[in-house]
Amino acid sequence: MAVKRSDGRKPNELRPIIAKIGVVPNADGSALFAFGDTIAIAAVYGPRQLHPQHMQNPSKGVLRCNYDLLSFSVYDRKKPGPSRRSQEISKVTEWALIPAVYLEQFPNSVIDVQIYILQADAGTRTAGINAASMALAHAGIPMRDLVCSLAVGKLDKEIVVDITKEEEDFEDGEGATDLAIAKLANSDEFSLLQMDGKIQPELFNNALKAGAEACSKIYEVQKKALKEAINTLGSDE
Amino acid sequence: MEVSNITKNTLSRMFSEGKRFDSRGLLDFREIEISGDVSNKSEGSARVKIGKTEVIAGVKLSVGEPYPDSPNKGNLMVSGDLLPLASPKFESGPPGFNAIELPRLVDRAVRESGIIDLSKLLIEKEKVWNLMIDIYPINDDGNIIDASLLAAVVALKNTYLPQIDKEGNIDYEKKKEKKLPLSPETVPISFSFFKLGDSIILDPTREEEEACDVRITLGISKWNGQHMINSCQKKGGEILTREDIEKITSILPEKFDELNKKLKKYI
Repeated sequence: MAVKRSDGRKPNELRPIIAKIGVVPNADGSALFAFGDTIAIAAVYGPRQLHPQHMQNPSKGVLRCNYDLLSFSVYDRKKPGPSRRSQEISKVTEWALIPAVYLEQFPNSVIDVQIYILQADAGTRTAGINAASMALAHAGIPMRDLVCSLAVGKLDKEIVVDITKEEEDFEDGEGATDLAIAKLANSDEFSLLQMDGKIQPELFNNALKAGAEACSKIYEVQKKALKEAINTLGSDE
Repeated sequence: MEVSNITKNTLSRMFSEGKRFDSRGLLDFREIEISGDVSNKSEGSARVKIGKTEVIAGVKLSVGEPYPDSPNKGNLMVSGDLLPLASPKFESGPPGFNAIELPRLVDRAVRESGIIDLSKLLIEKEKVWNLMIDIYPINDDGNIIDASLLAAVVALKNTYLPQIDKEGNIDYEKKKEKKLPLSPETVPISFSFFKLGDSIILDPTREEEEACDVRITLGISKWNGQHMINSCQKKGGEILTREDIEKITSILPEKFDELNKKLKKYI
C-alpha cells in the first residue's frame, strides 16, 4: 500500500514555493526561496578582486559559498558559527553552482555567495541552492543555466519529492531515504548528489527521474520571479 | 586537485583507450591486504592496504549517556584525521575540508547500512555504550575513503565489549569475551567513482585522483537480500550526466559482490 504523506501531498507534489528577488539591497544580487516551512535567503557579492592575492586564479574566477543555519531556525538553538555540517554543505553548494557559472570570464576574481536559513523544515541545502542560483542571475553574472535543487525521498518503497523533517524521520519498512539533487535546469546534468538511507540501485535512477521532473516546476517559479524583478526595474526608470 | 596539464591530458587519453599506467582495467582495484589487531589497547582495530594506500581504524568503547532524542540507543561517533605522517600534502592544524568529509562519509555509510543496531548498545536505563571509530590514513596513495570504510568495518567485526565491574567502572584489561553485536548479513562497502573526460574509473592512485574532475562516492550494503545504496556524495565543480549515474548504479552491485566475497575471508 502506498505511504500516506502527513500533509496530504501527492508523491510528486512540491510544498508551496515562494521565490523573491532583491531581498538584500546592499548585495549585487539576492533572493529568497521557500519550500513550505523551509526558508532560505542568499546574497551574492562580486565578481570582485580576490584577496589575498596568492589565492587568485589567473585562468578563471573563484566561487565561494557560505551556508549556515541562523541560530533560531531550528527547535534546539543552533550554536552560532560554522559546524562540520555547515562546512560540508557550503562546499557541496559551491560544487552545485560552479558548473552553471562562466567563471572563466572572471580571472583573478571571486564571487561570494552567502546563504542563510531563516526557518528549517528539511531541504535547507536545496532551498539555499535555489535561492543562490536566482541571486547569481540577479547579480547579472553570466550563467549557462539556472540551477534547480530539491530533496527526493523514499518512504518505505514509495518515491516522493520534497520531503519534510517529519518524513525524514519515517521509520517503517525500508525507512526514509533522503536524496538531495541539483541539476542544470535545461539539461540532464547533475551538480549535486547527496543521500543517506536505503535505496535499491534501480530505484536510485527512478528517484533521480522524479527529482528532475520536479526541478522543472522549480525552474518555472525561479524564472517567473526573475522576470518580474526585471519588469519592475524597467517601470521604475 | 593539482596536477600538470600534460599528466591530465595523457591520463585522459589513456582512460579513453581503457588503459592505466599500472595496467589495470578502469574499474579494477589494486591488490587489497587486510589485517586485524593493529593495537591491543583498542577494543577492535584493522589495517587495510589498497596498493600503496594504507589506512588503520580503531574502535574504542566507553560508557555514556544516551542523546535525548534517542534515549534507548547507544552512540556512534566516527572521527579521524589526515595526519601529516601520511602525505606531504597533509598539514597539521585545524581540519581542512577533506579531513571533515572523510569521517562524515564513513559515518553515513556505517550508520545507514544498519550493520550496528544501536539499540543493542543500551546497558541499562540512561546508560549506553559510546562506540567511537577513529580512522587514520598511514599512507595516502589515492582512494582513502573506500579504504577507510573497509578498515572501519573490519575493525568493528573484531571488536569485543570490555567488562563492567559491580561499581559500573569499565575494566579494559579483563579478558574480553563478548563481541560487539553486529548484523551478520550487512557489510557496508563504499565505491568512489572518478570521472575524467568521459571515462569513469575506480580506485585511483593519488596522481589519477588529482587529475580527475569529479568524484562520486556511494556506500552500498545488502539488506534483506537486496542491494541497497546507503549513502552518496558528489565532489567537485563538474557535472555528472544521467547516463554516468545510470552506468555507475548498474556496475555497483557486481562490484559489491566481488569485494564482499574477498572481505568474507577476513571477517
